[in-house]
Amino acid sequence: MSTDTLNSRGISTLKAESTGAALTPRQLIWRRFRKHKMALAGGIGIALLLLFIIVGSIFIPLEKANYVDLKAHLAPPSAEHWLGTDSTGRDSFSRVVYGGQISLIVGILAVVIEICVGTLIGGVAAYYGGWVDALLMRFTEAMLSIPSLFLLIVLGKFLGRDVQTIEIFGLSFSGSVGIVILVIGLTSWMYLARIVRANVLSLKEMDYISAARSLGASNSRIFFSHLVPNTLGIIIVSATLGLAGAILMEAYVSFLGLGVQPPTASWGNMLTSAQSFIQRGAWWMWVFPSMFIIVTILSINLMGDGMRDAFDPHSSRHM
Amino acid sequence: MWSYLARRLVQALFTLLIITILCFILTRLSADPLAQYATNPNMSAEDRAALRERLGLNRPLPVQYLRWLGLAVQGELGNSFFSKQPVSTMIAQRLPMTIVLMVTAEIITLAIALTLGIISAVKQYSFLDNLITTFSFIGYSMPIFFIALGLILIFAVKFKQMGWPYMPTGADIWSPKDMGQLVRHMVLPVLALVIITTANYSRFIRSSILEVLGMDYVRTARAKGLTERAVLYKHALRNAALPFVTIVGLDIPYLLGGALVTESVFAWPGMGRLFWEYAQRGDFPVVLGVLLIVSTAVVLFTIITDMVYTLVDPRIRLG
Repeated sequence: MSTDTLNSRGISTLKAESTGAALTPRQLIWRRFRKHKMALAGGIGIALLLLFIIVGSIFIPLEKANYVDLKAHLAPPSAEHWLGTDSTGRDSFSRVVYGGQISLIVGILAVVIEICVGTLIGGVAAYYGGWVDALLMRFTEAMLSIPSLFLLIVLGKFLGRDVQTIEIFGLSFSGSVGIVILVIGLTSWMYLARIVRANVLSLKEMDYISAARSLGASNSRIFFSHLVPNTLGIIIVSATLGLAGAILMEAYVSFLGLGVQPPTASWGNMLTSAQSFIQRGAWWMWVFPSMFIIVTILSINLMGDGMRDAFDPHSSRHM
Repeated sequence: MWSYLARRLVQALFTLLIITILCFILTRLSADPLAQYATNPNMSAEDRAALRERLGLNRPLPVQYLRWLGLAVQGELGNSFFSKQPVSTMIAQRLPMTIVLMVTAEIITLAIALTLGIISAVKQYSFLDNLITTFSFIGYSMPIFFIALGLILIFAVKFKQMGWPYMPTGADIWSPKDMGQLVRHMVLPVLALVIITTANYSRFIRSSILEVLGMDYVRTARAKGLTERAVLYKHALRNAALPFVTIVGLDIPYLLGGALVTESVFAWPGMGRLFWEYAQRGDFPVVLGVLLIVSTAVVLFTIITDMVYTLVDPRIRLG
């Protein structure tokens, strides 16, 4: 049974390579990605979510998402409030739209930080080796040995202590969103750093690197124009899967009340209040934000898995 | 072997040193531990300054760190600022509760995940496999509080409304001596943990069995005329178990940290909740104590897992 799949896999890659006489690596990657039905489904899921958030925020003003209407508090879904209201009568549908905006922005920016820190630390450690490598890798290991949510809370508390003062001047939400981005980005780069390090370690023994060096290229030139581009595939895949992790982390931190502060909505902090009111049967406060989180994470994970298979011709398509 | 072990232990000590420095800086500076007295009318500013002096909180940070480290090495983790109890006593009270919860969840998870993973791999691409894979993908993309709140809504709130026997949602009203009550309180948190972790593990087991089933020695075993059963249990499963044992081994120390979110949602008096409650109060001796114990366990278990792995798998040679 499994030998069959092995064979068919071998044949299908052969076909892909033989039909187009000269396919570029990029075309090959796209070909493999397109064949991955689950990944395509994930891509469509993400496209629909983006469409929902963009169209939603065009038609619904931000004021509506933060409008407190105590008369309508804890209202179940109705024609007026499609997804019901929360404990202060704010419309859940509008909050899901704006919360989605915040969650995606936090996720994307956190991943940008993750990539920068991870690539730099992993790359520098591998390229320079010696005590630089030892020190950076021990630091990476130290960060990995602290359970991620614990680290997130400790760092969040540490960075969040200055935000209080900004809050007085009415800049409260921008402050908390910035902190959340920073905290998630700074606590998630470790796996990427290890992957990049391993990859650069094998790359730096390649002939073209010695060629570049013998031509007199500087360290930073070799690093940024030879090593980083050749690690890009791995980085892109990690970034995609990291985005799912970052959005999930935002939900966790905001759920615990450390993240994005109300009135600014995020999918995570919508669920914080759901925790207190679920005992009174307010199921809509729980189910709708959760559904958006799950669909988003699921779509991104599916796409990320597809991309990993597409970038790596050797990887199996079992998952 | 022994020199390798010695080198690993030295590295581990170095890693632990970095962990303690990192955690000390983050927790000590994240909040003023005497902030709770600031609003106390019975305490003058001079009293507070005197207390600060007596506790050594106004000394230079490196001095404070070294003093803490010196005591911590002797097993003296200091006293909580809030409860005034020794940190080691507080941890000793919470640790058994976390172990009961996490070990129960882990055992049930392993049993279910192994069963599902094997079924999924053996009947690859069947309806059952697709069902299991779909569910594990969705479970993998879920924040645990979604499950936790859902379980509360169904088994506590709705069951109560229906007049059916319902589950308690938490609150520390029970005494651990009463076994029946302990079990009743454990049902929902264990269920939440099992659902999330099973999704993760079964995905992993499936792909590692499938990888093994594609190997030459499995084909040889089949060619010898062995029954599919013998091939699976005698050849495939044993080899597929290797990477899985590593994953579980690396997960075990994290169990000591408990499940922060699950324990908080279900008011379970474990390590995770201890950490979270005292992190919110800025009570750094407690927070540091928990971090130190959990991360030391993580560092040690990483070495133990690596050593066990080399004993079990003769293909691995230590350099």
